[in-house]
Order: sequence, then C-alpha cells, then structure tokens
Amino acid sequence: MRPSDAYPNYWRKPPQILTHRQWRIGIQLAILAYLILAGASIEVDWQRVAMGLERGQRFIMGFLQPDFSSRWRDISQGLIESLTMTLTSTVIGVIISVPIGIGAARNLTPRPVYLVCRGIIAVSRALQEIIIAIFFVAMFGFGPFAGFLTLSFATIGFLAKLLADDIEEIEPGQADAIRATGATWWQLINYAVQPQVMPRLIGLSLYRLDINFRESAVIGIVGAGGIGATLNTAIDRYEYDSAGAILLTIIVIVMLAEYGSGYIRKLVQ
Amino acid sequence: MLEIANLSKVYKTGDKALIEVDLSVPKGQIMGLIGPSGAGKSTLIRCINRLVEPTSGKVLLGDVDLVQLSNRSLRSQRRRIGMIFQEYSLIERLTVMENVLSGRLGYVPFWRSWTRRFPSQDIQRAYQLLDRVGLLEHCDKRADALSGGQRQRVGIARALTQGPELLLVDEPTASLDPKTSRQIMRLLTEICTERNLPAIVNIHDVPLAQQFMQRIVGLRAGKIVFDGHPKALNEETLTAIYGEEDWNPSREEAEL
Repeated sequence: MRPSDAYPNYWRKPPQILTHRQWRIGIQLAILAYLILAGASIEVDWQRVAMGLERGQRFIMGFLQPDFSSRWRDISQGLIESLTMTLTSTVIGVIISVPIGIGAARNLTPRPVYLVCRGIIAVSRALQEIIIAIFFVAMFGFGPFAGFLTLSFATIGFLAKLLADDIEEIEPGQADAIRATGATWWQLINYAVQPQVMPRLIGLSLYRLDINFRESAVIGIVGAGGIGATLNTAIDRYEYDSAGAILLTIIVIVMLAEYGSGYIRKLVQ
Repeated sequence: MLEIANLSKVYKTGDKALIEVDLSVPKGQIMGLIGPSGAGKSTLIRCINRLVEPTSGKVLLGDVDLVQLSNRSLRSQRRRIGMIFQEYSLIERLTVMENVLSGRLGYVPFWRSWTRRFPSQDIQRAYQLLDRVGLLEHCDKRADALSGGQRQRVGIARALTQGPELLLVDEPTASLDPKTSRQIMRLLTEICTERNLPAIVNIHDVPLAQQFMQRIVGLRAGKIVFDGHPKALNEETLTAIYGEEDWNPSREEAEL
C-alpha cells in the first residue's frame, strides 16, 4: 500500500458496448442524422389534421354522452359473444399449450421433440391475431367461431412459450432429488416441475384471459364476431354515442378482469 | 457393498473431474469424502446414482453394475440409493408429507403418485420416519415453512422412505449453523448405525468430518490422495489433499 494521494482520484465507467472511441462517436452521429432525415420525410397535411381533429371532437363528445339504451340488444349480444369466445378460447388454449410448453422445455425433452414444439410456438407467435383472424374468417365465414379459433391459436404461442421458459428455469436440485428416488418422467413432471411452475401458469392463464377479451374486441373488426363487430357497426353508422357506450363497457370489463386476476394470483403464491 | 473401479468422468468441456477412481465401501460404514472445491466430490457421488453419467469404469452396488443399466432398470436401481442434498432440495411448495412420500415414487404407479393415494404401508412408514427425525407434528406444513435444520430432517426422511441400501449425502450441513450441523450429522450417523447403512458423505468441514466419520477419503483433482482413519489426518495429509496452508488452529493462542 502506498499513501492515498498516490492513487488516482477519478474514475469513469468504461464503455460497455463499443469500446473504440471513434466508432462510438461515429455511430451515435449516424443514428442522429438518420433520425433527423427520417423525421423530415414524414409528410403532414395540416388541413387533414384539422378535419380529423374536428371528427375526433365529435367522437369524444359521443364518448362523454354514451348511449347504452338504443343499441342495447346489439351491445349485449356482442358482449355475450365476446365473453364466450374469450373463456372458451382461453381454456382450450391452456389445455393445448401445457403439453407443448413441456415439450419445448430443453431440460425435460429430447432434442427432436424440443425442436418440433419450439417450431409450433414460433409459427403461432409469428402471426399477429388480426392476420390469423382474417385467415379464419375467410375459411369459416363471419362470426365468433373464427374468433374462437384465432384466440385459441394465439393463446398457444403465448402460453406455451412462457411456460417452457419457466420450466427451463426451475431449480435443478429439486428435479435431481425426485430423479434420485427412481421416479419416472411423468412422476418427475408431477412432483418436481408442476409445483414449481403452477403459480406462474395460473397467473399467465388469467393474464391471457384479459388479453383474449381485449383481442376479441379487435378481431371483431375484421369479421370474427363479438363486441368488436358491434363497435365497428356503430362507428360505420356514425353512432358515436353507442360506440362510446361500447368502449366504456370494454374498459370496465378489462378493469374487473385485471383486479380479479391480480387477487387470484396473490392467493396462489 | 459398494465397489467403484476405474471410474472416470470427463465433462464435455474437457475437464477431467474423476481419473480412474477405485473405492469400496463396506456395509454399515460411514465414509467422509473431503477435498477442495472442484476436486470432484459431487461428481463422484452423482456418478454412483448416475445423476451425472460416468465416462468409463464400474460402479457395483451388491452385484449390479449401475453404469451398464438401461434407463428403466436404472430407475429401479435408484430406489436402492437414497440421496441427501446440500440445499435440501425439497419440493418447496409441497407439504412435508408429500416430500417424504416422494421417496416411494420409484415403487408406485403413476396414478397413485398423481392422486397422492400411496399404499397404506408407505404412509405408515412415512409417519414412522417423520417421528424418527422429530417432525411428526409438522407433516401437513408446506416445506418452505420449515427452518433449515428441519428441512434437512425432511430430506433425511425422504431418503430413508426409499428403503435404501446406500446413502449418498452431498454437503448436508453447508447451509446450516454449527450447532444444527452437529445435530444433523449426529442424526445421520445414528440412523446409519441403527440400520447398518453405508453412507458416503461429502463434507467441507474437516473438524466435523473427524468428529462423525469412521473413515475419511481425500479427493484432489479427481484422484484419491488419502484414505484412512479420521485420526490419521494431520498437517501433512491435509496438505496432500488441499495444498499448502497453515493447518494449526491454535497458532495465535500459542504466540500469546
């Protein structure tokens, strides 16, 4: 040890990504230049913005004076369709995604099974809900059946991936302990894996229930039935007061689902 | 009882964890395995029940060579080997009773373990063992509600429900305080003596090993460098196992 004034009295965190100074500054400048050029290339037609704002104002006025009564039959039917779609697709999606999720966990399955299951997940995640909905509407016609299929398909990709990732992160010691007793693969899943991932699986399923309800409103617009179809009709007819009522209903249901699932998730920890 | 011959393990990374290890443990002997971190102690006991696949060599339990077994017969042979872990490795979210009964998994069909309907003699044995380790009244608690020492007792009960002929014990006291460590070691050695069970105990703490073990094997860089009575451990043999260090605990007192 030397006296303390023999040591440097300044310290800076060294750059973590680009260690070469010239490259770092050059790339930062390039990003900034691109951002400015890209921003300048967006064409804004101020006249159309003004018109749009006017229409938006009418929409907001309708939203502030929602009309639940004159289209109540359509709204309630759309809601029932959406809720049915949401619940059935979540249940079916969860049932299908559990085996796929287990199959897609590297620490439990042989390589070929792993690759097939990861492939299914990749396909399901690559296609956005709207695109799948358009596809299923074209196949099976307008209505909630197409919506049900769309949401089930999307649920599989979401849940199976997150479940598989969770299984890959289980504590290996617990699995070793069960293996050491001479347990079979099924017993290993039941005793070492299931208790570790169950709270998260329940939480994710409830979260997916939320998402599926919101998505059911969106895919209705492309013809897959439910409250989205009702909303689309209302906007097409310039009935912004009914549209406002529909949006408020969706918001209330999403909030209820949010609080409800949060409460249940706390219980299962 | 247990005969290990020419056992080697080379990991995929090329690390030679075990180099032609020969070892035999007779019935009823409690053997301590000591050595520095990375010497291959954990690998050695995990090669016995093949949680780690040995690269070559023989592991004879009775007259079965565990290394040659197919998956199915390996599972039935694993029932004969109880294992106790460093961090207890209990299933935290299951009850104490489920953890103890999981020692019977190798004996029961899937539907019984799935529905938790174990045969009545298994349940009786589980209760008896919980009583032996002093946790009878905790049987319906979740495992994560127990203290460290209690968890390790559950771990011991789970290993014993298997009705094992050999115990593999991996650092049983590494996460416990000195007093609890001694209680756990005492319980382990008592149980082994009662049942004439041989045990291989990985252990870091040399004084603890000397206090409770009947025989000490020292491992260094994958080779056995010491094998003898605990009393034979001295400065010279400890240096052979761990390398150069001042082994005299009372040096500072001596200077005073």
